[in-house]
Amino acid sequence: MRERQASQGARRAREFEAFVAGAAGRLLHTATLLTAEAPNANPRARRLLTLALARTYASWDRLRGEDPYDRTRAYLAVRFAHRAWHQYGALGRARPHPGSTLANLAPQERLVLVLRLYEGVAEEQTAALLGLPTERVHAICDRATATLLHPPRPPAPAVTGAKVAAS
Amino acid sequence: MSRVEREAAARRIMEQTPPRVPPDLCADAVRLGDRLLRRRTLALRLAWLLLWAATVAFTVWALTVRPWVEPPSETTPPLTGW
Repeated sequence: MRERQASQGARRAREFEAFVAGAAGRLLHTATLLTAEAPNANPRARRLLTLALARTYASWDRLRGEDPYDRTRAYLAVRFAHRAWHQYGALGRARPHPGSTLANLAPQERLVLVLRLYEGVAEEQTAALLGLPTERVHAICDRATATLLHPPRPPAPAVTGAKVAAS
Repeated sequence: MSRVEREAAARRIMEQTPPRVPPDLCADAVRLGDRLLRRRTLALRLAWLLLWAATVAFTVWALTVRPWVEPPSETTPPLTGW
């Protein structure tokens, strides 16, 4: 019994390591886009990804043919959605890094944009994952794309602060 | 600019400068995941233990108190003197 458990643990560790070696780069890029940090200074994205990967590892034996990448991405998105309110709320403890490509977007806009366009998740699946109506996902994605392609001209710090406090 | 072009442009912007993966990411995830697994196993064991203890306690109580037996009547006066 104990021997079988040990061999199962070894197999799980081996498979998981192979999965991480293949998927970590893309997942870390996704996480860094979500947290709007600079590509080379992304402690929160790393933490987010480590926690999501840990949960995937814990449920590795019960995946039953499900794609571990999808599972990890779903953990990542849901965890970010839950944490976004605390981290970016009225206090604005963690401001987006100006070096990030998505610094002008709100957390929810980043989340929808990254899931829809960067990860290519279907609109219905994104809506189901985040618990939003499909039309709302569509609207947020359109707005985020527009903001990304035509960023607001003067990023005055006072205006940004007021906007964050108002929302 | 059509919708498809806009989406393609946004995708291109997002794909710039991928971050470097730290080497200890996998080890950290495995460490955290193992801890999660151990805790989950422990919680499951505790839950089963609790269920078992509750079942045993209920059985013992039922066998000693016998709540299904009709209690002796207390309203009829005792029949004496005939």
